[in-house]
Amino acid sequence: MDFVRFENVSLAYQPGSPFAIEDVSLSIRENEFISLVGPSGCGKSTVMKLVTGLKPPSKGYVYVDGREVGGPQKCVGMAFQASNLLPWRTTLQNVMLPMEIVEPYRSTLRARRAEYEEQARALLKRVGLAGFENKFPWELSGGMQQRASICRALIHKPRLLMLDEPFGALDAFTREELWCMVRDLWQEEPFTVVLVTHDLREAVFLADTVYVMSKRPGRILVKREIDLPRPRDLEVTYTEPFAAYVHELREHIGHIRES
Amino acid sequence: MLSQKTLIRLAPWLVILALGILWEAVVVGFQVPEFLFPSLSAVWRSTLTHWDPIMMHATQTFLTTLAGFGIAVVVGLVLGAAVGSSPVIYKALYPLLVGFNSIPKVAFVPVLVVWFGIGTIPAILTAFLISFFPVVVNVATGLATLEPELEDVLRSLGASRLDILKKVGLPRAMPYFFASLKVAITLAFVGSVISETVASNLGIGYLMMAASSSMDMALVFAGLIVIGIMGVVMYELFAFAERRLTGWAHRNPNGAL
Repeated sequence: MDFVRFENVSLAYQPGSPFAIEDVSLSIRENEFISLVGPSGCGKSTVMKLVTGLKPPSKGYVYVDGREVGGPQKCVGMAFQASNLLPWRTTLQNVMLPMEIVEPYRSTLRARRAEYEEQARALLKRVGLAGFENKFPWELSGGMQQRASICRALIHKPRLLMLDEPFGALDAFTREELWCMVRDLWQEEPFTVVLVTHDLREAVFLADTVYVMSKRPGRILVKREIDLPRPRDLEVTYTEPFAAYVHELREHIGHIRES
Repeated sequence: MLSQKTLIRLAPWLVILALGILWEAVVVGFQVPEFLFPSLSAVWRSTLTHWDPIMMHATQTFLTTLAGFGIAVVVGLVLGAAVGSSPVIYKALYPLLVGFNSIPKVAFVPVLVVWFGIGTIPAILTAFLISFFPVVVNVATGLATLEPELEDVLRSLGASRLDILKKVGLPRAMPYFFASLKVAITLAFVGSVISETVASNLGIGYLMMAASSSMDMALVFAGLIVIGIMGVVMYELFAFAERRLTGWAHRNPNGAL
């Protein structure tokens, strides 16, 4: 059973304007890690908006967990290139934000706050932010802010995690650290992930399946399963099969950019 | 040697002191007659002589201003929240608000007098009318500049519009709100004193009007200085509250400079 399914989906942001994505069909298994890559402006983020129900499709159907999406989903976690942490809240309070909104946590928050805060602390500890719970976001480095942002996306145990270029603004070393962090979180307690990225190494390292999208209007051009054994170590990025995947995907992107 | 920090703390007092000395020196040196421009010492003597009536009128002006300001804050918050969170209301109300704000409020006082009679109520309303606009604009700006990604994060969690307003919109608008309070409180003093000057028999504005018609310029200046002091004190009070409550916006959690 597919967890997310797109059937011939097109979306124009305004009626009559050109499609941002056109005739996209894809299916994501439960707990699959997929990555969307493609040139700038190819509608990768549009796919995210459709999955989360923030935008309805102009044509076609989007199903999540067997039901057609009609309005914002409630079981989704999201993280973006900017961490979007609230500057008036401490790290811990930021991570607790979904607990104040998502059921069943919301209605039980008053009674079980201590328990939920313990969960948030445990999650922060797993991503290496122990001791920073009471710091404000602007007291953290960019990489730490992004770790906190991903904690916020995961605290309510969503079945679907949407990552929109979450490592785009980080330096290369921090980025690799965060790849491993996401890999570990996902491997310990699997959930379905959609990762939008420009970075082909990132896509190949993390994902089970990589989709290459065309220029606007975005279509799925290539679907590539990544058959690298798991758990993957950073060392794998220097192996021959890894390089072959990246090279192959790079060539597809190159063709798109030339056309 | 004075440290930089002490100098910064002393600077405003030094400027006031220097200005006072200059004032006194010019008036005494050029022998300016007191009915034109009284010396600072003459103003001080007049203040002491008329201490009780000045305090009585100052209290009246102060309470009037606070009442008008209080209404302005409530109305400003509600209108600002409405204008800032709905593009339709924004489009609908903005031209009207800007137009209304362009009317000199002194021109509006006679209308208020016809409706409510001479006295405290026109003064409260003028203070309100002159000071609610910056609150509306700032609260609306704070709400309208919410990052779309942040809204997406909350909406994808299933947050209602009210949730988004409470969790993100209003806290985010708070620095804008407090900044507007500092402007609004000084404007409120302008409003109440204007109204008292035109149509009242109470308040500092009335006191100055009465004093100038009997050529008691020292008392007029005493009134001006009292208004100035009240304005500065209230401004500092709100500046202090701003630093304490929205220190995060200034990257300074302790609120100390």
